[in-house]
Amino acid sequence: MKAVYALYSHPDAAQRAVDELRAAGINDRAITIMSSEPLEEYEFGQRDRKTWMTWIAALGGAIGMTTGYLLTRLTQSAWPIDTGGMPIVSNWTNLIIIFELTMLGSVFATVITLLITARIPGRQSPLHDPEISDGQILIGVLQPSDPDVVERALRIGAGEKLKTIS
Amino acid sequence: MNHTAANTITEDLVRPILRTTWKFYLGVAVLGSVVFAAVSTWFYQIYWGLGVTGDNWPVFWGFHETNFVFWIGISHAGTLISAILRIVNATWRRPVTRCAEAITAFALMIGALFPLIHLGRPWLAWWLIPYPSERGLWPNYRSPLVWDFFAINTYLTASLLFLLLPMLPDFAIVRDRAAGFRRKIYGLLSLGWQGTPKQWHRLETAMHIMALAIIPVAVSVHTIVSFDFSMAVVPMWASTIFGPYFVAGAIFSGIAALLIAMALIRKVLHLEEYLQPIHFQNLGKLLLTMSLLWGYFTFNERLTVWYHNEPSEMPVFFSTQSGPYAPLFWTMVFCNFILPFPLLAIRKLRTITGTVIASCGVVVGMWLERFLIVVPSLAHKQLPYSWGTYTPQWPEIVIMTGSFAAMGLLYVLFCKFVPIISIWELKVGQHPPLKAAEAVQAAEAAGELV
Repeated sequence: MKAVYALYSHPDAAQRAVDELRAAGINDRAITIMSSEPLEEYEFGQRDRKTWMTWIAALGGAIGMTTGYLLTRLTQSAWPIDTGGMPIVSNWTNLIIIFELTMLGSVFATVITLLITARIPGRQSPLHDPEISDGQILIGVLQPSDPDVVERALRIGAGEKLKTIS
Repeated sequence: MNHTAANTITEDLVRPILRTTWKFYLGVAVLGSVVFAAVSTWFYQIYWGLGVTGDNWPVFWGFHETNFVFWIGISHAGTLISAILRIVNATWRRPVTRCAEAITAFALMIGALFPLIHLGRPWLAWWLIPYPSERGLWPNYRSPLVWDFFAINTYLTASLLFLLLPMLPDFAIVRDRAAGFRRKIYGLLSLGWQGTPKQWHRLETAMHIMALAIIPVAVSVHTIVSFDFSMAVVPMWASTIFGPYFVAGAIFSGIAALLIAMALIRKVLHLEEYLQPIHFQNLGKLLLTMSLLWGYFTFNERLTVWYHNEPSEMPVFFSTQSGPYAPLFWTMVFCNFILPFPLLAIRKLRTITGTVIASCGVVVGMWLERFLIVVPSLAHKQLPYSWGTYTPQWPEIVIMTGSFAAMGLLYVLFCKFVPIISIWELKVGQHPPLKAAEAVQAAEAAGELV
């Protein structure tokens, strides 16, 4: 069997299913959760919160700042243009370019980090079910070693829809 | 939230994408025709040269420059407001943000076209791009126009990403509801979005960081646009108040444009349940604040010029107060202050209709403000021998009308292909806040959060 999953209408039921899977000895990493909205109110929605994204954004900003500084300073030195009695390397005006590139660097770093860490673009998971978009929450296990145990854990009440992919 | 409510939200917001009515085709045909006329006029202007416009010595900046400043100002509606509301966690923002962010993206694109339209040889615009070349020319980093290039492109890039990233989960929803070719297209657009907790966390963190970055960029963009004027030694332009004055004016006109767009979307797409009177009330309060701020800045700017009594500035001053531009000036004051003040300050009048009337006034008033900044100063430079007048010609009027139609057209197409209200954010807004706090505390206690 390739995968076992169940769809839950209510997050409380999904949380119970996750708890049951854990109690059955399934590792957190093996449990797949999918929903059409973030469910941070629930413990299962708090998984994988840790991220370096803020620091990477700051690093991107620093790279952007350095690029802005070098772009303005080096090019003004290489192609000197005399404008209105201002110095050839005019730091006051260069600050504007440096600022914009700092922010651009930070934004690019954020987006790249998002794409890499969230694996976007990516292939659709074999566990995907269109009913997720109707508000259902999917809890499943890919390649379960003991499908019966997983099925028992996912069958927590009358509301769930249990499905298997073979 | 309960499953039925979630389904209703999805159903209501996906419906305009999956069902097309005759109104859509009519809207596209009418707006598209006006845009086509404007583009043809631009080609006519390129062929015959800028002499066909009203731009002539000494006023070389007329409608095109006015429209540039106006549209860049309108762009402040979206991403800036959306970013601020996101950071302060204003829950009422959820149905508003995407409508607003779309305005930013389209207004920036249209605004950025005007410097090109104003070029005699627009095909040489790429000379602004900094790269070592054989011609030995290099962009002068001391030119405010080069600052514009960097600022507008940074803001446009950041705004587009800020608009596009939260669309991924919604594209996935549309993908699952659509069939055939549409399903494939939305499948590609959703980039394989799955909706795992990790993806949701990364998306929310990214949006938060970008919101923080975009606020100063938005402020810088219109400050830099103001530098196009305040760095020049032209009467009534060399003003230290121009930066904040332009930013305040931009946010002011941006909120007005947003209110008009929201009212139209609400009516045409039947989204009365989502864009409620409370959203118009809250944005109306913001518009009132900006109206007061605009009045304060205008008074400051006018009073100091009048008090200084500089011989070079007084002709410009009087031309707007009691001279040929006075009707435009007092119409601007009426539209930006006298009309919106009672409509927005009196609670009973701050209805959807009231806020839309006030907003229409503000859009007209702010366009006039941009015109009155650009033209009278150029028409009355330091030496009286260089004084002149400006009268717009038909190509400028057609191109300006086309820019408004382009905004409408882009917005209609956007509403047709993208859920105009963020479905997932709206659903999150229905969650009980207390439970979220409890979950974070529980995760912290378990050592799962840093």
